[in-house]
Amino acid sequence: MLTSASKEPYLAAFKGLRASSLPAGPAWLEQLRQAGIASFDALGFPTLKHEDWKYTNVEPIAAQSFAQANGEAKSIVGAEVFSRGMIETDAPRLTFVNGVFNAALSNIANLPQGLRLGPLAEFISHEDAAVVDHLGRLASAEQQHFVALNTAFLGDGAVVDLAPGARLNRPIYLLFVSTSTAQPVISQPRILLLLGAGSEAKIVESYLGVGDKAYFCNAVTELVGGADSIIEHYRLQQDSDAGFHVGTVEASLARGCHLTSHAVTLSGALVRNNLRVLLNGAGAECVLNGLYLADGKQHVDNYTLIEHVSPRASSLELYKGLLGGSAHGVFNGKIIVHPDAQKSDARQTNKNLLLSDSAVIDTKPQLEIHADDVKCSHGSTIGQLDDDAIFYLRSRGLDVAAARSLLSFAFASDVVQRISIETLRQRLDDYLVGRFGAW
Amino acid sequence: MLEIKNLRAKVGDKEILRGIDLYIGAGEVHAIMGPNGSGKSTLAHVLSGRENYQVTGGSVTYQGKDLLAMAPEIRAREGIFLAFQYPIEIPGVSTTYFLKAALNAVRKHRGLDELDAMEFLTLIKDKMSLVEMSQALLNRPLNEGFSGGEKKRNEILQMAVLDPTLALLDETDSGLDIDALRVIAGGVNALRSPSRAMIVITHYQRLLDYIVPDFIHVLYNGRIVKSGTKELALELESKGYDWIKGEGAALQ
Repeated sequence: MLTSASKEPYLAAFKGLRASSLPAGPAWLEQLRQAGIASFDALGFPTLKHEDWKYTNVEPIAAQSFAQANGEAKSIVGAEVFSRGMIETDAPRLTFVNGVFNAALSNIANLPQGLRLGPLAEFISHEDAAVVDHLGRLASAEQQHFVALNTAFLGDGAVVDLAPGARLNRPIYLLFVSTSTAQPVISQPRILLLLGAGSEAKIVESYLGVGDKAYFCNAVTELVGGADSIIEHYRLQQDSDAGFHVGTVEASLARGCHLTSHAVTLSGALVRNNLRVLLNGAGAECVLNGLYLADGKQHVDNYTLIEHVSPRASSLELYKGLLGGSAHGVFNGKIIVHPDAQKSDARQTNKNLLLSDSAVIDTKPQLEIHADDVKCSHGSTIGQLDDDAIFYLRSRGLDVAAARSLLSFAFASDVVQRISIETLRQRLDDYLVGRFGAW
Repeated sequence: MLEIKNLRAKVGDKEILRGIDLYIGAGEVHAIMGPNGSGKSTLAHVLSGRENYQVTGGSVTYQGKDLLAMAPEIRAREGIFLAFQYPIEIPGVSTTYFLKAALNAVRKHRGLDELDAMEFLTLIKDKMSLVEMSQALLNRPLNEGFSGGEKKRNEILQMAVLDPTLALLDETDSGLDIDALRVIAGGVNALRSPSRAMIVITHYQRLLDYIVPDFIHVLYNGRIVKSGTKELALELESKGYDWIKGEGAALQ
């Protein structure tokens, strides 16, 4: 049972931090933090009674005591985390270790024209106008437990600010490494992605766990898509077997903005992804691709919310899950079409493959339609590997185990093929071959 | 090469094959014709080891071995290839990738070295032209969104790469226009060799204009009711299957 006691350590830490490590910020920041902690005090941790948390018990997170990280990076080898994090090392990059910016492992020299990229703390210290304007605007601390907690401890993270009309020809990588420490630590990076009107960018957030001890990463991303911008946003998660991860992405798309999101979860003890997209301008489009793999006793929950606010917007969502062992997967996908959002086109698909008898999936597609001239569809499937496909492969010489491996690989790779960054696609395919490839 | 004796098989409670006898020698091409529901496809599936078919009697000897005792993948590695009537779509894995895995499983069984990516590419390039397939098509997910003709060409390409001793072509002509049929028949004919036997299953005589068989067998009601040479196909074409049905009834 979660009790009010679970949140006490955070309330105490918040008070403690005022006196110690978290640098006091300007008034506007202090206001955000105070609102965050007040909200977290009121909300506490979610329980199974909350509709949106029905299938995910966060008790393992709430019951742990996590220390605030100091960014100690002794055990980190750059080449190793870049490789595992699937980073192109010659592209612009920010690296954070346990939530703290690491300049040595970052690459922000010679940034292309129109791009501002750097650690959030720096932008805060300059009271950067764009950051002051947008921070905390999209990600509301009022309703969301983990956004409230993140906001209370707002300190560092990443800022990508792309000028109107600027088009990047290389992806930007944001790497967040969580390490094993004597006492488990919490990191709460905040990421602000500001894409100007008509700009084009590919941004990869890569989360990586190192070592085998518990940690908690509670990340919040705010993405502001300007009119007619073209954005690819990637969220790649490889948390360790003892790592807890809650990741929230709040995106708002202006008129004609096109966002493609790829959310890939490969591991973690308990992972919850919240992705909320506001189609806030006429003709805005989002494509949400998701892949989640879980094994052993892992728990992975994908919550997505797409709100069609303006007319003629479209959303196309495909999430695929592959669950083995005693893993528990959740897909909770909600689409709301508001009254003014006529001519909306919303399509959602969730497909799950269960590789063992004890793996569990809860899938809950929800459509709420308040406009009459719309095209909406949703569907979810839960299945085992297809017998016809297994026979087809066997008739070509593959044995049963190899056929199953290849089909599992294919099921997952189907999502990976949609990734446009060639290096990342190749690395993910290699990963899948390593994970399933017994043929 | 292949000796089928009094083969009986059922699906669920329904007996489909009711005593098939067939002898196929190396290098021979046999066509099996017959009306819908006569058991043609069942025969192909039983020979390739499909599990939902239960063999209730008889024997099949392939190169001196008991074929029915082998798992489907062992049959494939021993040189049996089934070109599917309805090839399966597998999103997420390209033809190239899939076929390399299959070929290496087969090669391993035959005591040959596995091919690496480059060697495989060289091999497949050589075979692609046989059925006029493009590299782009091979890089796409296996059969996903392929037209009927592309799927069938892909089957023949797989056959060319896996180099079987006995090929079973199950209604390879179904759903094809005449151009696609020509391409596929051309590919099949190029693969005819003194060491490779083929069983061509078809409902229509049309395919046999392009792949000319050495022998034709007519299957009706789970039995071979008539065997002959290629002229039999023409007779069937002009008289229809009703003529055979009469003979089948007389046999019973």
